[in-house]
Amino acid sequence: MSFLNKLNPRQSVIGILICIALMAVLPFVAHALGGTTWVRIIDMALLYIMLALGLNIVVGFAGLLDLGYIAFYAVGAYAAGMLASGHLTDNFAMIQQAFPDGMHFSYWLIIPVGALLAAIAGIMLGTPILKLRGDYLALVTLGFGEIIRIFMNNLGKDGFNLTNGPRGINGIESVSLAGHPLNRPLMIGDIQLNKEFLYYYLFLILVILSVIVCYRLQDSRLGRAWMALREDDIAAKAMGINVRNVKLAAFALGATFGGVAGTMFGAFQGFISPESFSFMESIVILTMVVLGGMGHIPGVILGAILLTLLPEFLRFTVEPLQQMVFGQLLIDTSILRQLILGLCMVLIMIFRPRGLWPRSEGGKKKVDDDSSQPAATATPSN
Amino acid sequence: MSNETTMLSVKGVSKSFGGLKALSDVGIEVKKNTVYGLIGPNGAGKTTFFNVITGLYEPDSGEFLLEGKPYKPTAVHEVARAGIARTFQNIRLFGQMTAVENVMVGRHIRTKGGVLGSILGLKSVREEEKAIRERSMELLDYVGISRYHDYIARNLSYGHQRRLEIARALATEPKLLALDEPAAGMNATEKVELTKLLRKIGEDGVTILIIEHDVKLVMGLCDELTVLDYGKILAQGLPEEVRRNPKVIEAYLGGSH
Repeated sequence: MSFLNKLNPRQSVIGILICIALMAVLPFVAHALGGTTWVRIIDMALLYIMLALGLNIVVGFAGLLDLGYIAFYAVGAYAAGMLASGHLTDNFAMIQQAFPDGMHFSYWLIIPVGALLAAIAGIMLGTPILKLRGDYLALVTLGFGEIIRIFMNNLGKDGFNLTNGPRGINGIESVSLAGHPLNRPLMIGDIQLNKEFLYYYLFLILVILSVIVCYRLQDSRLGRAWMALREDDIAAKAMGINVRNVKLAAFALGATFGGVAGTMFGAFQGFISPESFSFMESIVILTMVVLGGMGHIPGVILGAILLTLLPEFLRFTVEPLQQMVFGQLLIDTSILRQLILGLCMVLIMIFRPRGLWPRSEGGKKKVDDDSSQPAATATPSN
Repeated sequence: MSNETTMLSVKGVSKSFGGLKALSDVGIEVKKNTVYGLIGPNGAGKTTFFNVITGLYEPDSGEFLLEGKPYKPTAVHEVARAGIARTFQNIRLFGQMTAVENVMVGRHIRTKGGVLGSILGLKSVREEEKAIRERSMELLDYVGISRYHDYIARNLSYGHQRRLEIARALATEPKLLALDEPAAGMNATEKVELTKLLRKIGEDGVTILIIEHDVKLVMGLCDELTVLDYGKILAQGLPEEVRRNPKVIEAYLGGSH
């Protein structure tokens, strides 16, 4: 984490402690200002950070445009939905016999299974599109995202009811930590921590882990290979990089983040249905990555936070604001919200085309003091 | 024909693009620790031949031996792994990465740090990373641009980009370094500097195969030459012989009009 290297060890330890303290009290602040709704919104922001970090591996690091990323979120969510609810035992006699008391798998198992299934889905998507790039790649990934959603929608027919179709899966069990299900309030002294608070801390830990993993991947041998592939695939091949494996690794690892976030989404909501995994969601996550700063981890996090909070913030301010200014509601709130959001994105892309917080080129300025190379700006005469 | 002193032996290479016969029955024999030059007028098929040797184009026919071992030039990364590193006529660096990161990519095939080890931050992987960075810095120093190590590659000057590309190729520990017009676009001073660098690389035990337009540079640097014209071998041999070859003179200066 380069910004920490500039500080001395003591400063960075203090900085990290302050950050942790701030993170720890954040839900209380949000609760005091806006009630449980806002704690919930922050929880969702954390899930979106995980998703954006995962997509950033594929789009930001490896430079492969993926318009169907939400599919991996769906795979993770449905893994939780099937393994942590009564749905399968209710619909399949065979499974009912195998688990007479219902399937109550621990999330210690469900999370890896969700991650693995998502990774497999990532490879399934990656394999046929190895030779595609640009627009064609984007189109196939888009199709893949839709196919997964349509599958979830249609695998709910009587007789073989795997996903319960558009009705979705209900009653997904919550994550339990140290024997305490996180959907029940926890009393610490006089303070009552609600479900939203408990999940906040769980998601926070997962996000911190994701950030660490992303940084380590970025600075690894594989991370360099991804970036080489993004910059120039022919030169990357000439360096001996097996482009096929490196691409598949990007799809698989990127998908893993989506899978883990998906299981958490299922556990947190307790209910999932295909409409949570629409094409718009893929676009939102992609926008987070692009708007924040493709390939730059802090930028991507910022993008995810902004794009989750801004719509909610507008939801709560646009209506009172109109009432105040015009004395009546002139424009439908949800339409105006979309409009302002769109305008913000357009403005950001005009004024900061590389994203809000792109990878810095500090200390990497142009060569300007080079008298030993008089023809420094000569152009090749091929 | 091929013995212990031969680094690269290529025979009977033909390659067509549709109806156009770009190469017909081209072959070269590059001895170890030598500099081998490939010259010819524009469109003679030099770069095509290069791309075939390094696996970028699939040949219609041909036999390929590196250090006596046959290799299949069908996948670029396999050829790099076998020990041929190349640079490109129109420099292909990883533009958004720093100079040292560019060279570090070159270490890819000679290192093995895995995904899990990197995520867990294993000691062996961390040490390997350190070694990769150190070796890359050494190579930047070797080609003379270590003070620009943290510059984004595309911000480097043209001459430095050429050097960086060579450093990146050397990072793969090649047996054969294949340079596609490394002096293109350079002025006289830069060409002299480049020649010095290439001599040094040659003296340090890397065999070099070089495509070049600049006849003076090639004559001064190469131990042996092949002249291509219209996808065929026009002349082959020592620089002095080639220089006097009337067919070469005609190809370069045109026939008597």
